[in-house]
Amino acid sequence: MVPADAGGGLMRGDLLSDPIDGLDEALAAVDAFDGALVAGLLRPGPAQATAVAGLADAVAGTPLAARVAEAAGRATDGAAGEDHFVALAAARCALLGSVHDALTHRIDEAVGRPAPEEGQAEAEGSPPASAVPEHGANLLAAARSWLCDLARGGWRGIDHELVAGAAPVVSAMLPDPTLRRRATLLDGFAAELAASCPGATLERVPVRRWADLWSRALLLTVPGAAGEPSVAPATGRLLPLGVDLQEHATAVQAQVHAVFEPADGGAPRLVRAGVSAPKPDTVVGAGLWQLLRPRTALLGAVSEGRSMELDAMPVTAEGDLVWDDGRARTGEPADAFATARVMLSAAAAARVAPLDRHPVRIAVPVLLEGYAARTEDDRLTFDVSGRSLTVDTDRLPAAGPLTPEAVAASHACVGLLRWDAGEFFLQPLAVEATVRRKAVAVHAGAWAGGTTDKAGVRAEKAATDAVAVLRERAGRLLRK
Amino acid sequence: MGVGALSVWEKSSTARVVPPARPRKLAKVPFVELADGRLQGVVSSGSDIGRVYVSSVAARTYAFACSTNNNRPCGGARGMFCKHIQALVGEAVLQYGAERVARYLAVETPDGEPHAQSLTAAMTAARPVRGDSSAAAPVFSRFLRHLSYLELDPVTTPLPEMQWFPPTRAVA
Repeated sequence: MVPADAGGGLMRGDLLSDPIDGLDEALAAVDAFDGALVAGLLRPGPAQATAVAGLADAVAGTPLAARVAEAAGRATDGAAGEDHFVALAAARCALLGSVHDALTHRIDEAVGRPAPEEGQAEAEGSPPASAVPEHGANLLAAARSWLCDLARGGWRGIDHELVAGAAPVVSAMLPDPTLRRRATLLDGFAAELAASCPGATLERVPVRRWADLWSRALLLTVPGAAGEPSVAPATGRLLPLGVDLQEHATAVQAQVHAVFEPADGGAPRLVRAGVSAPKPDTVVGAGLWQLLRPRTALLGAVSEGRSMELDAMPVTAEGDLVWDDGRARTGEPADAFATARVMLSAAAAARVAPLDRHPVRIAVPVLLEGYAARTEDDRLTFDVSGRSLTVDTDRLPAAGPLTPEAVAASHACVGLLRWDAGEFFLQPLAVEATVRRKAVAVHAGAWAGGTTDKAGVRAEKAATDAVAVLRERAGRLLRK
Repeated sequence: MGVGALSVWEKSSTARVVPPARPRKLAKVPFVELADGRLQGVVSSGSDIGRVYVSSVAARTYAFACSTNNNRPCGGARGMFCKHIQALVGEAVLQYGAERVARYLAVETPDGEPHAQSLTAAMTAARPVRGDSSAAAPVFSRFLRHLSYLELDPVTTPLPEMQWFPPTRAVA
């Protein structure tokens, strides 16, 4: 059983399966609105009118009420303008933000971690720079116009011509680091839509996902919505827990989850350090690590199981380190399981910015021990204090030593507690298993900084060759 | 609108819609895509290192085209698929899986499981005509755009929206 006094090991599984007040109602309003986007809002029928009105009703008690009610009225008449679509997206975002907050509160109770710290960094930090450059405003307007056309035509109405409208906007945004966040989202979304054309013959539509991506992208076209975050300096020791990899056809991001121990003796904090890059779709597997590696020494430190000493590293109010190799040096060996056992229960998380609150954002580092792993119908679950928690092994990066089999054979796991489609689940970052009576740890991100593992070396070679061919072609053909 | 009837996949924010490309060697065919209603891509010339062919096959009609990046027609693609188009089909099958290629091009292979050869044979048997090469320029510029992604620097500012794009071990 889970020892009650373990540093981060105690988790009340019952709280994760108990219903949460108001959750179903909020999600029902979201689902109905998302359903309306399937057919589009050009000529809304009665069911769509009801759905849009339902969204407005759901935020009737909030400061958004008047604007959303007006937008819903115009949308019902098939006459919604861009500002109206933005208002509807904001209402949907607010509802999912409330779902995020309720789920996060439940997780805090279940894992017994300290309440989020108030926006400390924000108070001390520099004010946000006015982020979007002059030409950016035009690109944001172009993106907004494309997104509104999507909403009018609906997912059933997408075709190659409509979807291709995103390409010039994305191409113009990508080289500008201040627009990278929007460009990466639009690029991934558009590629998915393009692969699903024509919408009229789609077997099934990813209803919530596309509504999520659409509303998020639309809100980010509002100037200032994704401005440079305000930052404060962080000095102290960074103890990595593991690496979370995210990718779409033309982008990759690795986020290192870690405990930060301030040098001034303050309370430890949960932080993340991300690095991302655009990529050609044929760069996959170990090629992803190769693209990211040169930008941060942190991936190497994680692979070697080392801490890093930070000197005035910028950290956002949301707990994201904006990594700069000049402000970090590799420190002493630090075992992720030791960090999790000793520090995780005392480490406070940062608050998520209001606009970023969405259930998909939930990724809470946890340590689980003494569970029983079970596999049923290809689905792995851990029995945690009598309740079963689904384990998502599909998220394990292909270029890494941690396999679904290793997770199933483990007895301790550092992972991220997440929520999607109505249930909590665990994403493993590292596991401990007993091999010849010794505890052996396997990390999902072990190859992030490079590897001597035989399979890993092969994957690295294949990826190096692929990128070399593309660079050679680019050198010959790009500047002609 | 069937609100209560949404499946778990439909209610998932992280539903996997497009499987990632399978790794393949890029020397012969550096670029392939299923887009604009065509299988299209760029094939390296076997003889001239500075030359590439832009090749394509249209969905349903299998109308084909092949020309150099300087818009000279490929000598081999007069009445039939040239070797560049055959290479394109082969690499598309490696990258996307034969099933996805067959579905996109609307090819029915006679005996079940499609593979590169049966796809090519089925399309050839339909006696496709040579299409116009007007697509060559946009395909080539898409290839250049694709290559330009390697020139973009990584950043360390957070991209919160990447949370919608978890990796998957499932292959195409």
